Amino acid sequence: MMGSAMTGRLALASAGVGLLAVVSLFVGVGDVTLASLSGDAGDSGQAAQILLISRIPRTLALILAGAAMAVAGLILQMLARNKFVEPSTAGTAESAVLGMLAVTLLAPDTPVIGRMLTASLFALGGTALFLAILRRMPLRSPLVVPLVGIMLGAVITAGTEFVAYRYDLMQSVRNWETGDFSGVLRGRYELLWISAALTGVAYVAADRFTVAGLGEDFTTNLGLNHRRVVSLGLVIVSLVTAAVIATCGMIPFLGLIVPNVISLMWGDNMRRSLPWVALLGAGLVLACDIVGRLVIHPYEIPIGTMMGMVGSGIFLYLLLRKNGHAS
Amino acid sequence: MIEVRNTSKSYGRTIVVDDVSITLPAGGVISLIGPNGAGKSTLLSIISRLLPMTAGTVTVDGMDVTTTPGDVLARRLSILRQDNQILARLTVRDLIAFGRYPHSKGRLTVEDRGHIERVIDYLDLGAVAHRFLDELSGGQRQRAFIAMVLCQDTEYILLDEPLNNLDVKHAVAMMALFRRTADAFGKTVILVLHDINFASCYSDRIVAMRDGRIAYEGPPEAIITTDVIRDVYGVEAAIHEIDGQRIALYFR
Repeated sequence: MMGSAMTGRLALASAGVGLLAVVSLFVGVGDVTLASLSGDAGDSGQAAQILLISRIPRTLALILAGAAMAVAGLILQMLARNKFVEPSTAGTAESAVLGMLAVTLLAPDTPVIGRMLTASLFALGGTALFLAILRRMPLRSPLVVPLVGIMLGAVITAGTEFVAYRYDLMQSVRNWETGDFSGVLRGRYELLWISAALTGVAYVAADRFTVAGLGEDFTTNLGLNHRRVVSLGLVIVSLVTAAVIATCGMIPFLGLIVPNVISLMWGDNMRRSLPWVALLGAGLVLACDIVGRLVIHPYEIPIGTMMGMVGSGIFLYLLLRKNGHAS
Repeated sequence: MIEVRNTSKSYGRTIVVDDVSITLPAGGVISLIGPNGAGKSTLLSIISRLLPMTAGTVTVDGMDVTTTPGDVLARRLSILRQDNQILARLTVRDLIAFGRYPHSKGRLTVEDRGHIERVIDYLDLGAVAHRFLDELSGGQRQRAFIAMVLCQDTEYILLDEPLNNLDVKHAVAMMALFRRTADAFGKTVILVLHDINFASCYSDRIVAMRDGRIAYEGPPEAIITTDVIRDVYGVEAAIHEIDGQRIALYFR
């Protein structure tokens, strides 16, 4: 179904993201330039070290997390059949943070993959609870749906912070809640490859999610098991959210605004829109992180804060847009 | 052949479908009529496994709808309910293409594409095929949904009030299309209809429901009578035969 004009535009967008990635490699406190890389032995050795240990991992982490979180938002919107839902308005992210706290308290020696899996189990439970509440709600106004998710998230967060406060773990909780890529180093971001693989799974199953977005009756009529499609989607969303929170912390709004912008441009056929959502997600996160590194140089504004500002602005625009198709 | 055996559906103490048994033979146009709340839509949803039944069995060509794998059934029977709230921004052509999903699982073959273009043509949707569903009028959207179900190309096609939102021209064209689907392609089209005159003019058989039971069934000449309509709807209707079609007049 993909025309050659579409493929051309996708190639162009990929090149744009590639360009941002290159910029990301050369922006930071440490002196990494083409000159320093090719300079005399001592300098080039240090610059290459920074590139290999910090800049390349950070750039990869930004691309992987950005693409995966945007796609997770897209899947969640299809499953909830609501354009205002994403992991941070559906209880997913808050539950994952609770999971991270639980594993830190109860089994502090758990390796990072175990922490992530625990967090994803909590995320799965929280999101399933959200969907169960939606199914029981008689009046499903499109704007009430994310409000319910935000309230559910707030309740979970209250519990998390109560426990964290008592055990002096507020600092860790804040780290999980606010995305920040400044701590990303080689050996500390590789979990994100799991979310990249899951994005690939989502692409393979794209038609199923689009059908699920048509509603339970259409899904059953077309011979798909609605419950199974929802379960697959929930597992992908939960694992991706947990992986991102475990490595760099939550990136708010990303899963909300990226799928909405792409939906306006290309529609909701996921086979067609998913590559765009992934690319724009990666590009937006890269751009926000680069700007965050530059505005108060040599200090940094964490990506969670940057995305919060940019994202809430775009979100307001989408809400207020006349004849907004989302509402 | 669709066989419904002692099928009931109740919500709490409210019985919506009450111990219904009926055999619907393959081929032809069958209309389900009856007053609001008679259980027509519920029965249609049970037959098409969208709604679980409280008691009884339904088989389609011998396959039990509650145990047969969904994708097997999806190649034999298709269903469109009324009031479809689609929020996804899909183009008309994309939506119709999803009708081929049970056959192609998303990888459209040349044959699939032929089906899609034919259905777009039949339903006069060529001019809006590239548009998004949320940019269409209610009638265009309804035709797009029906196109998707027809594109599924199943033996049995179940439609709940397919004439909703359609103007007279499109309603007549739609009924003629169902007639042709049955006559030229040997399909079985089962409709829930509100307009008893459409049912009278286009059906091979009419099933009249009331209070969750089947009150009458038979060819139009047996059902479109003053007595049956009074009994089913509680309305006095004069029956006129015009050009061989039985028309019920109940407007005043």
